[in-house]
Amino acid sequence: MSERQIQLEVLRYNPETDSEPRYQSYSVPCLNEWVVLDALNYVKDNLDPTLSYRWSCHMAVCGSCGMMINGEPKLACKAFIHEYTDQIRVDPLANFPIERDLVTSVEDFITKLASVKPYLIPKSDQPVSAGEFKQTPAELKKFKQYTLCINCMLCYAACPQYGLVPEFLGPAAISMAHRYNQDSRDGGRDERQEVIASDEGVWECSFVGACSEVCPKHVDPAGALQQVKVASTIDWYKEHLMPWMKK
Amino acid sequence: MAKSNKPIFWGLFAAGGTVTAFITPALALITLFAAMRFSPDMFTYGAIHAFAAHWLGKLVIFGVILLSLWHAAHRTRVTVHDFGVRADGLVAIVVYSLAGLGTLLTLYYLLYI
Repeated sequence: MSERQIQLEVLRYNPETDSEPRYQSYSVPCLNEWVVLDALNYVKDNLDPTLSYRWSCHMAVCGSCGMMINGEPKLACKAFIHEYTDQIRVDPLANFPIERDLVTSVEDFITKLASVKPYLIPKSDQPVSAGEFKQTPAELKKFKQYTLCINCMLCYAACPQYGLVPEFLGPAAISMAHRYNQDSRDGGRDERQEVIASDEGVWECSFVGACSEVCPKHVDPAGALQQVKVASTIDWYKEHLMPWMKK
Repeated sequence: MAKSNKPIFWGLFAAGGTVTAFITPALALITLFAAMRFSPDMFTYGAIHAFAAHWLGKLVIFGVILLSLWHAAHRTRVTVHDFGVRADGLVAIVVYSLAGLGTLLTLYYLLYI
């Protein structure tokens, strides 16, 4: 197994003691098959136990270890050392306030995600005795891709529009709303549209497409947002030009 | 939260994008052929004039120009924003006014034929 000495430059910031963030460099002996998360774990275990960062599953499922690696939003568990030179810079996710070191505050995202009601809102209340809501494979296929989102927030760190306009609802939240809107068992689209079809909702998106490029699960949020725009536009024309169509 | 009125402009933008993606390359190619003096009888002045004089031809030409103009206007608005000009209100007025003016002129000239 080949080993390389990597200079890991990590952003450090403790809001209680530091006036501003600074970089700290660690020299880490990395095995070639390591990912950046392994290197961070090496630092934490052997060089500096004060380094703070989030991680859990180490297999691109939990969505905790999102960070900027050489300026690009990545999951640290999916960023292989062999794809980088001997110097790697690690920053906390862009566009989010730093809580400490590589840990960012996710309140804004969680609030936005909750605001789109990301859960099934059945069309009608049905007793359990009526049985399950059945779905064909074709109906499942319509939204399955969007269920793969792991809320890692890489898309928010990549989105220049979210960086400019922090009120923007953002890629993951809108994709998640789209996931439930497309679900044949769901009847909650009208409720979600109150948030989605607002100025700060899907209309703040200028289709840069960076969200889809960085998404580690290939959810394609940019595609979802375009579909939401088309559907919201049809809604608008129906509401304003054909008011008699109103339910 | 109030629902946005952006669909008016975005609808024209999206439709315009689709139309120009299909029509503009063909128009560029036909113009190139004409410049190389390779223009079949279909594209002679008389034939094109007859097309533009028919109400259906007028409708098609109006649709293509209208959508292309509003698409270009909205695209310019977003591009200017991407270049760092933070005067969206003013930019919107300028580009949409130009598109509106172009629409009116198209209407005038088409009815004039």
